[in-house]
Amino acid sequence: MSNSTPEITLSARHLARSFGSKRVIHDVSLELKRGEVLGLLGQNGAGKTTTLQMLTGCLLPDDAGKNKCSIEICGISLSRQPVSAKAHIGYLPETPPLYRELSVNDYLMFAARLRGMKPAAAAEALVQTVQRCGLEAVGKKIIGTLSKGYQQRVGIAQAIVHSPTVIVLDEPTVGLDPSQIRDIRALIRELGNSGSVILSTHLLGEVENLCDRVEIMQAGKLIYGGTSASMQQHGSVSGFIVSLRNPPPLGELENIPGIDSVEQLSDTQFRILHKPEQTPGDALLALAAQQGWRLDQLTPLQATLEDVFVKITNAEKDIEGASK
Amino acid sequence: MIRLLAMRELRSLFAMPSTWFMLAALQFIFAWFFLARLDAFLEIQPQLAQLANPPGVTVTVAAPVFNTVALLLMMMVPMFTMRMIAEERRSQTFALLLSSPLSGWHIVFGKFFGLLIFLSALMAPVPLMLYTLAIGTNLDHGLLLGNMLGLLLLAASYVALGLYVSALTTQPVIAAIGALAVSVGLWLADIGASAEDSPWHLISPFNHFQNFNAGMLDSGDAAFFVLFSLFFLLMAMRRIHNNRRYG
Repeated sequence: MSNSTPEITLSARHLARSFGSKRVIHDVSLELKRGEVLGLLGQNGAGKTTTLQMLTGCLLPDDAGKNKCSIEICGISLSRQPVSAKAHIGYLPETPPLYRELSVNDYLMFAARLRGMKPAAAAEALVQTVQRCGLEAVGKKIIGTLSKGYQQRVGIAQAIVHSPTVIVLDEPTVGLDPSQIRDIRALIRELGNSGSVILSTHLLGEVENLCDRVEIMQAGKLIYGGTSASMQQHGSVSGFIVSLRNPPPLGELENIPGIDSVEQLSDTQFRILHKPEQTPGDALLALAAQQGWRLDQLTPLQATLEDVFVKITNAEKDIEGASK
Repeated sequence: MIRLLAMRELRSLFAMPSTWFMLAALQFIFAWFFLARLDAFLEIQPQLAQLANPPGVTVTVAAPVFNTVALLLMMMVPMFTMRMIAEERRSQTFALLLSSPLSGWHIVFGKFFGLLIFLSALMAPVPLMLYTLAIGTNLDHGLLLGNMLGLLLLAASYVALGLYVSALTTQPVIAAIGALAVSVGLWLADIGASAEDSPWHLISPFNHFQNFNAGMLDSGDAAFFVLFSLFFLLMAMRRIHNNRRYG
């Protein structure tokens, strides 16, 4: 794409969904650009799966096509032209949709043809996908006899075999061992470069490693959206942990300009907090060299996504509690 | 696209051991019944020969065999249709079809033709067995063809009915029992209704097969089968659409 602004591959506006009288999704709007990996993060039962089902046409939103509610895949309306819109989607549901009695190759061939590929093109795509997902060794095996990890990989393979523009993955790394998780994450990253990926997960590490952007979902609403880097900064603390092999008295550290508080963690370790706009690190380093404190290590404090996630979801709960 | 789905259906059917078991068992029953009828015919043949216009072997052997196959069809089609949609919904494979560029009628007709091809293969040995009689005698080809056509149309209506019931539930067993209850119910209501012009005769597929069985091709009967099938296929499509709406 030569355009400076990347093309929007998926745009969903004002989705809402009820099951019976229970409203599970409230007014969710999402946008996805080419070359982007979006992580949909949320606790169990937050409505991630329901949202993804609506994005792939497995479930109709309430008043689909009416009012303000709309889903567009590559600019094609999912409610008005479902067939041509769905040709651009690859979807891995929570449970991989596998015909357990078929062999891996037969199944993937079926999946490719189902998405409208010609037989010759499908055969080519099959070879490529099998290789990408590391399924060469099991191509002729019956899916039902494979281990959970392999089945999950076959599930991912069926979602990408037709090289769709929008890839929707519902908890893609469930049931995989750590080395497989690394491979699959690398694969998703790669897919995100050519197309666009939206994945749901409750693993924060996944978001940290993989996603350009994060949307946090809670009780059917999107409560936070931003890049995963900015999410990390959200509500983080400024400071560092410093270890000095020849530590000075506590007061001397507190006197360094810019430092708010110092807490002694052990004989040689200190947690130093400062204001975000100040950087007392330079002064500390200079002093340490001058006084012979023998600096060992200086680690900036970083809030993990976990902290941030809990912070954001709790804040939301508090707001709700206050308004009731 | 319909052919692709039908082929997938066939592939899955033939990949399951239970299919082969049922195929074997049913062939055995068909053959047993055929031989029993043939035996009976040979026993009464001398008496038949004394009649002025004796019934031929096609009427005394082939027609009852086809009638039995039709009855068995009623019982066993639900066992094949039960999995078609209910099982896909239960094992979550339906999401693949729903998120693919297909309309509801692709899904329904793909499954319908897939199973119909399978049932044709399952019933094909019956006319083959009957045609072995051609070695020793002359057969009434019209009657045989009429029966085959009738059987195919009857199978189509039972498949359409079973497909619709299967679309109603996520439990294959309920789908099987539901479809069986409807088809057997229609049959019982038909044979139970004594009045000649009872409406039960009109809506029972099995009753419409009787003309075919006697070698009479009535366009009204054929139209009934086509309408019966189309009605339930359309209902199944509607049901799949509603499934997206109501979850």
